[in-house]
Amino acid sequence: MLRLPTRTLRSTFRSLSSYGKVDDKIVSLICNIVGPDNVTTSESARNLHGTDESFHPTRAPEAVVTPLSTSHVSEVMKICNSHRIPVIPFGTGTGFEGGVGALYGGVCMAMHKMTEIVEVNQSDFDATVRAGVTRHQLNDWIRADGLHFPIDPGAGASVCGMCSTSASGTNAVRYGTMRENVLNMEVVLADGTVIHTAGEGRRPKKTSCGYNLTNLFVGSEGTLGVITQATVRLHGIPEATAAAISSFDSVQNAVDTVVMILQCGLPLARIEFLNSDMISACNKFSNLQLKEAPTLFLEFIGSPSGVEEQAMLAEELCVGNGGENFSWATEHSEREQLWKARHNCWYAVKATYPGKHAYSTDVVVPVSHLPETVVFCHELAGEMGVPAPIVGHVGDGNFHCFLLSNQDDETETLRIKDFSRKLALKAQSFGGSCTGEHGIGLGKRELLIEEVGTGAFETMKIVKKSLDPLLIMNPGKVIDLDHLL
Amino acid sequence: MSGLRVLVGCKRVIDYAVKIRVRPDSLGVVTDGVKHSMNPFDENAIEEAVRMKQKKIVKEIVVASCGPSQSQETIRTALAMGADRGIHVEVPAGTDADLQPLAVAKIFSKLVEKEKPDLVILGKQAIDDDANQTTQLLAGMLDWPQGTMASVVNAADGRLTITREIDGGLEDISVSLPAVISADLRLNEPRYATLPNIMKAKKKKIEKMTPENLGVDITPRLKILNVVDPPVRQAGEKVPDVSTLMEKLKEKGHL
Repeated sequence: MLRLPTRTLRSTFRSLSSYGKVDDKIVSLICNIVGPDNVTTSESARNLHGTDESFHPTRAPEAVVTPLSTSHVSEVMKICNSHRIPVIPFGTGTGFEGGVGALYGGVCMAMHKMTEIVEVNQSDFDATVRAGVTRHQLNDWIRADGLHFPIDPGAGASVCGMCSTSASGTNAVRYGTMRENVLNMEVVLADGTVIHTAGEGRRPKKTSCGYNLTNLFVGSEGTLGVITQATVRLHGIPEATAAAISSFDSVQNAVDTVVMILQCGLPLARIEFLNSDMISACNKFSNLQLKEAPTLFLEFIGSPSGVEEQAMLAEELCVGNGGENFSWATEHSEREQLWKARHNCWYAVKATYPGKHAYSTDVVVPVSHLPETVVFCHELAGEMGVPAPIVGHVGDGNFHCFLLSNQDDETETLRIKDFSRKLALKAQSFGGSCTGEHGIGLGKRELLIEEVGTGAFETMKIVKKSLDPLLIMNPGKVIDLDHLL
Repeated sequence: MSGLRVLVGCKRVIDYAVKIRVRPDSLGVVTDGVKHSMNPFDENAIEEAVRMKQKKIVKEIVVASCGPSQSQETIRTALAMGADRGIHVEVPAGTDADLQPLAVAKIFSKLVEKEKPDLVILGKQAIDDDANQTTQLLAGMLDWPQGTMASVVNAADGRLTITREIDGGLEDISVSLPAVISADLRLNEPRYATLPNIMKAKKKKIEKMTPENLGVDITPRLKILNVVDPPVRQAGEKVPDVSTLMEKLKEKGHL
């Protein structure tokens, strides 16, 4: 049962070192619950589980636990809660914001052994999966049913990990983000209580029942509880798909075209923007000869005649805004070829400077402000004297600028942090957000406060302290511990 | 070339993503309650037939499957991918695990007599028995040319040119029709069945029959003696230096 703390947290935590240590006794207690095969303190396992795809260095936990069931998770949580040991949930380690780093030590709760797909309801378009199920695994399972789980963050992420970071992707313009696609979740709270955010076994397409706990936990980045199961919406596999590409002489013209396409109500599946720097990297990496200019990549879905109509209309709009080299295709391998540049852009950028670390910004602005924001981004990069390859989910006004650095070079790291902050503040000034899809994690905690404002931030703190009074759930992420003590 | 009739075979097997468990009696694997799907190589076979139909080389695609009543689901998937009609040769559940390539080839040779196709396309092998025999046996029974492990198939002037994936690399052959070919994974990328097509497929015809109707004796000629898991991989051992390594290797009789 949840109880609000009767003493202030300040007296509970005399210092941050008041977290309990994962000593042999704790390991033995955990071992009694999950068995010796499911807990390890080996250095390589710990390092692996303190690392993600981000810019942030590895912060290894003291032990890695791989539960097999919700009751394992609950019992281990009870031990950690009573000994004040941090718990960091871990999906696939494909996050971009350092969410898995064990800043204060503790136990990594690695969910990858919970791989059951509990049920798929074809006629209701929903599926329930355990925390270790990846989106590829789910899509594979349902491939013969004419259904797919379309949210595509690029990485091979776990579905529950995607819930945790409120993931999104290239086709959010059509299908929405995780916020719009999660119907229910089973969550284990800091004290071991197991809850179902919409009620056990429930999967209504819509509901007005009580507080929206489901969307409270979506995007909570492991700071409010451990997600052990999720029920998600499925969508029909499109009958036909058409891909198109067009280059423009300016970012403004490319984005104006996007706005017009959206206003025509064309049911776009994907609309992506790559700037000249990005095209240049992609040409080199994938051996292409695309014109090094702002380029739009579009994808339409529908019936075979429908997608042809859409492509024709899109061509008209592109050409009307000075678009050149418009080409489109419906056949699978041709579409793959057209989109090759876009698919490989992260690796293309990393390949331009082998050995360097890549960092991705993630700002999102109202689409009308996109050209200014992109121009501002170019200016910042110019000041730093680095290229600014940009890929954007322009239908949502969200774009990523990739910056490269030597991880050990302090100056470069600081410059990137400075760049990122300035860009985020600019986006916020346009009514946008510092993070469209990657989350707050470690690097954007101060930006969160700027963005939501004191009132909302205080409310978030109340929620956090009520659900996790001992501050063991992924401490240091989303909200800095200093703000909670 | 146009107006050809193609007979495609497909098999219902345990889904490739499922973790296989050996039965307690060690005579097979657990199939009850386990997810089954169309054999992946058969998806390539169906896809190739559908593409040939889209190019108007093929006029009609007949898909056949031998197995228990659930094999109809596999046939429906093939129909949703674009096959025109189906044939289900029902073999009771429980005995279907004993349905071996020789029996399947005999069944298909009877189906060929009945349907008179110009081309038979099968998957290279099934992922449960990995036999890779049915195509070859069938071609032998029919005395038709065979193009196995096909990764490219082109049709022109009453003949097929086929690129085969073999151990040494790639082999190009030319076969006259009628012929039997087996599909390899790189032949094509199979399409997904979409919801509208799944719905349309429910209305397509599936003819049902038994091996007895076709006059085929499916009694197995091979008997499974034992099925076991591969040995569990043992942990390795780290040694501090080369001399200890040499010692250990000698100890274990590897030197």
